[in-house]
Amino acid sequence: MASYNTNEFRGGLKIMIDGDPCSIIENEFVKPGKGQAFNRVKIRNLKTGRVIERTFKSGESVEAADVMDIDLQFLYNDGEFWHFMDPDTYEQYAADATAVGDAAKWLKEQDTCEVTLWNGAPLAVTPPNFVVLTVTDTDPGVRGDTSGGGGKPATLETGAVVRVPLFIEIGEALRIDTRTGEYVARAKD
Amino acid sequence: MLQTAADWRPAASLDALKLRADLLARIRNYFSTQGVLEVDTPVLSSAGATDPAIRSFTTTYHGPAPVPGRGSDAKLYLHTSPEFPMKRLLAAGSGSIYQVCKVFRDGESGSSHNPEFTLLEWYRNGFDHFDLMDDVEKLLREVLDGILPVEPVDHWTYRELFLEVTGLDPFMAPVTDMQAVLRKHGLRDPVGLSADDRDAWLDMLMTHVIEPRLGHGLVFVRDYPASQAALARLHSGQPAVAARFEVYLEGIELANGYHELTDATEQQQRFAKDNARRIEQGAEPVSMDLHLLAAMQSGLPDCAGVALGIDRLLMAAGRAETIDAMIAFPLTNA
Repeated sequence: MASYNTNEFRGGLKIMIDGDPCSIIENEFVKPGKGQAFNRVKIRNLKTGRVIERTFKSGESVEAADVMDIDLQFLYNDGEFWHFMDPDTYEQYAADATAVGDAAKWLKEQDTCEVTLWNGAPLAVTPPNFVVLTVTDTDPGVRGDTSGGGGKPATLETGAVVRVPLFIEIGEALRIDTRTGEYVARAKD
Repeated sequence: MLQTAADWRPAASLDALKLRADLLARIRNYFSTQGVLEVDTPVLSSAGATDPAIRSFTTTYHGPAPVPGRGSDAKLYLHTSPEFPMKRLLAAGSGSIYQVCKVFRDGESGSSHNPEFTLLEWYRNGFDHFDLMDDVEKLLREVLDGILPVEPVDHWTYRELFLEVTGLDPFMAPVTDMQAVLRKHGLRDPVGLSADDRDAWLDMLMTHVIEPRLGHGLVFVRDYPASQAALARLHSGQPAVAARFEVYLEGIELANGYHELTDATEQQQRFAKDNARRIEQGAEPVSMDLHLLAAMQSGLPDCAGVALGIDRLLMAAGRAETIDAMIAFPLTNA
């Protein structure tokens, strides 16, 4: 089984902690002038997203987590699973609601997402930073008002609700920043 | 065409380099007015530090045999501190001495460690560790005058400090009590630490719980457990303590000093114990310094000595978050 020595610790390294795959965020070398050296690390649990802190005696080895990030195309949601495909190998992957998490509301068929695989199965899904989605419902637009001040809620084709300027109408395609969940602009074709 | 992508620029600002030059000039001035002699001892030595927590870099000499019997492919250690040869000078009658030099410790790299760093080490004949702590304070006040206020100044014994911060008596508390303190501070047991390595658990509490709470100013901690004596003499008592002190400035561990052990026999026993421990940990034993032992046998004067990290002093003076910010070319771009 692959493992890493604490000397190899660095940001982004994937290791197993308490049976869960984790990613190192920060690694701090701590050592009194006379005495035991430690590696104090901040780790993100890739299953729960929680950030934890852990200290290792320097020189210890830790099991590596078989985790990798790949770009997959979102195919469809069958009500239980979200199905993705590797555009190069055509291999398909099914992600459950836990893995998809908040990304679900931004996933549009055929968009490319970064999917984190653990032991070959989807563990987490990161939507593209920007997606173009069509408005399916919103209050009638106020013509001539292009100030964008105030704003109103709009429901998008994926079910996500975002705040949009007053002039936006049903059927318009909008560019959304998925990291903040905010409207950016009308999408230009 | 030449590949020019390498990051050739220094990690430290010009201000940091000037601060280094200024502090070194002030340090030399301090010792000059105190009548302490500047000395220069070798970086390469046939013997190294036996301390199991310190890893020396080694290299190999090729050439004419330096002394009969020593081969031409001799293994040499890069010094981790100039302590041993400086003590030989003391035994030879140098009087009080100081040195500013680069020292090397393998495996130490982080926000407050660089494997090659600048050490100020000095010895005062006739001083004990209390006299030397006063001397450290005096030096820091003079060197940092107008740069960093050396206030407040606190003195703790290792035991009082543990009692104050953790409620534990470090000389008595079982490891299970130390684990409870860690949990109370939201910390899990360190991975890989064996339950019978008491000193390592004390180090864990010191670095993770106590040091972050030392706060501003200058803090002296003294009277370490006998098991952490290093090269300090022991004071018998209940319990026995080592005449060793640590200095913290602005929460940064800055210096480590001793009322020096002068007993050659005990020194040899400590070297042997260190090496036994190294073998136990699967590390290579280190050649003990026979020159030092011979010098001590001939007579090391009663003295106290301290080693102070210049790069750490610069971190405090320059209010830097990382040691790299105070070093022209740290390991990352050396």
